[in-house]
Amino acid sequence: MARIKAPVVITANDLFSGEVVYLDASHRWSAELTVAKVFSNTDEAETELAKTFSEADVIGAYLAEVIVDASIAPRHYREGFRQKGPSNYFHGKQATQDAEVAA
Amino acid sequence: MYSYEEFDRTFVRDRVGQYRDQVKRRLEGALTEDEFKPLRLMNGVYLQLHAYMLRIAIPYGTLSSRQMRQLAFIADKWDKGYGHFTTRQNIQFNWPRLIDTPDILDALADVDMHAIQTSGNTIRNVTTDQFAGAAMDEIADPRPYAELIRQWSTDHPEFQFLPRKFKIAITGALEDRAVIRAHDIGLQLVEHEGRIAFKVFVGGGLGRAPVIGQELVDRLPAEDLLPYLEAVLSVYNLAGRRDNKYKARIKITVGAMGIDAFRAKVDAAFQRLRKVFNGQDLALLAAIQKDFSPPNYIEKSQGDYFDALDNDSGFREWVERNVSPHKHPSYASVTISLKAHGETPGDATSEQMRAIADIAQQLAHDELRISHEQNIVLPHVSQADLPAVYQRLLTIGLATANIGLISDIIACPGMDYCALATARSIPIAQEIAMRFATREAEIGHMQIKISGCINACGHHHVGHVGILGLDKAGVENYQITIGGSAGNDAVIGEKMGRGFSVDELMPALDRLIDAYLDLRSDEHETFAGAVKRLGTGPFQEALYVVDQAA
Repeated sequence: MARIKAPVVITANDLFSGEVVYLDASHRWSAELTVAKVFSNTDEAETELAKTFSEADVIGAYLAEVIVDASIAPRHYREGFRQKGPSNYFHGKQATQDAEVAA
Repeated sequence: MYSYEEFDRTFVRDRVGQYRDQVKRRLEGALTEDEFKPLRLMNGVYLQLHAYMLRIAIPYGTLSSRQMRQLAFIADKWDKGYGHFTTRQNIQFNWPRLIDTPDILDALADVDMHAIQTSGNTIRNVTTDQFAGAAMDEIADPRPYAELIRQWSTDHPEFQFLPRKFKIAITGALEDRAVIRAHDIGLQLVEHEGRIAFKVFVGGGLGRAPVIGQELVDRLPAEDLLPYLEAVLSVYNLAGRRDNKYKARIKITVGAMGIDAFRAKVDAAFQRLRKVFNGQDLALLAAIQKDFSPPNYIEKSQGDYFDALDNDSGFREWVERNVSPHKHPSYASVTISLKAHGETPGDATSEQMRAIADIAQQLAHDELRISHEQNIVLPHVSQADLPAVYQRLLTIGLATANIGLISDIIACPGMDYCALATARSIPIAQEIAMRFATREAEIGHMQIKISGCINACGHHHVGHVGILGLDKAGVENYQITIGGSAGNDAVIGEKMGRGFSVDELMPALDRLIDAYLDLRSDEHETFAGAVKRLGTGPFQEALYVVDQAA
């Protein structure tokens, strides 16, 4: 498997709900990729990732490549679906985000 | 249908209680994920891309209306109002919260259902012909044997940690509608000298190394079924590889050992095990068989049925496509298509589930089946009631007349949900169904099967046209196979060549279909028939004609 290339974020699933979460700069898990801490150094990200393995409230943390422009976007389409939700129904984060905007 | 006894109910409730405690300890932090994961998987709880997923067993695809209503209740209370019926005749809910899963399992136990052994390296749900007990071409109903296998394999202490998962399929009909030779063990019920026997196939399986099962024994007396299965499993349990999960399925064991050597080991184990089974299994089978007696068929006037056939073209088309002959002359089996054009294959809303349950209770002897092709079947419907069933299906959007046509596609959840997927399956199925909707009657019988990764949950290897979604340098890419078959002549399809991008795929399928319509000998020659007659060459050429022109 090709070595992952920075910039990267740390992502996982929430233990209670299974929802996709991202580690932010305050070392809290957020449902929003836009607030994720972006690591420009992969070694530093891996060190931070190792610390999350003992955390009780998330599962399966790993590094995901992102594109940093005006905002943060997933580099791979798999991460795109994780960030948004499935393409056959308006479910998952895309629905939650819309509900938040509407509120 | 089999009814739970106190033993079954106690066992299932105890398991829910154990699982509830395991979830509690996990949420309190007393169990790590490494400790908890095998425990949740033993109860059907996976973690997928967006959420947890709960896979619920529907034994040999048989359900009552009460059970279907409970699935609808679960969909509304703990999920997003729908469920996904799978190629293993199970149902999956895609959005449960971990904390709710013990309550869901309790709700399932209320209607004699569970999610035990829907994951893990164990013997999974035994699958069978969706028309079992009703089919005109049936030698005997295979479901009592499937139930016997279910009881034997559930919590079997020797087979909870096999080298890899293990799937058994059984058919009692002349036509194989259960894809038995794509299973670790395939059982074909046969009649020999007036007695029931089994032709046993072993080592079938799809996935990254697709294999059609080989014949292990041609006439196994029915009374030897369990000791023989136990012999096969015990040989596999010892000889199967545990060092490499990609080489751990029984098909690899049989391939490495050779079918004759494998058979010799099974025969030796069988001689030993046969003595251990002291007849209790046969007493159990006799008791189970009483639960599978045919329904009390009711003779009704068929005037409305013939009137509707004469006067309602929509009804006539639906009967032609979705209604199958029944062993009782005035009955039929109805396949309810979960493949409405543009919808997700295999999905049903809670409202649809309730409506189907009502139809089953009022017009179909309270029986439902899930087919491996991801449709729902009413196995016993009086022909006199077919117009009423059709009208009620129309009102809930489930009267699509497309069984066996190009839009009746098997599709795994793919990357829209599955953590293992390398590409999406569902949108490809939706687009194919929409694209060919106006031409599908002209195209005729055609099975397209789509998998979103090499694990082949969408059975793409045995599709007339198989589509495999892969990740090619960070872009979804679709490989096409042609010439596969899931029936009596089961065969693995032939890979055609380079994969297609999403944008290239539909034009390629257009060329493939156009080539078939041009090349077929007459309108009665199916796509599969044309491929058999002509080989895959002309179809491969049609797919890649653009490359040649470039």
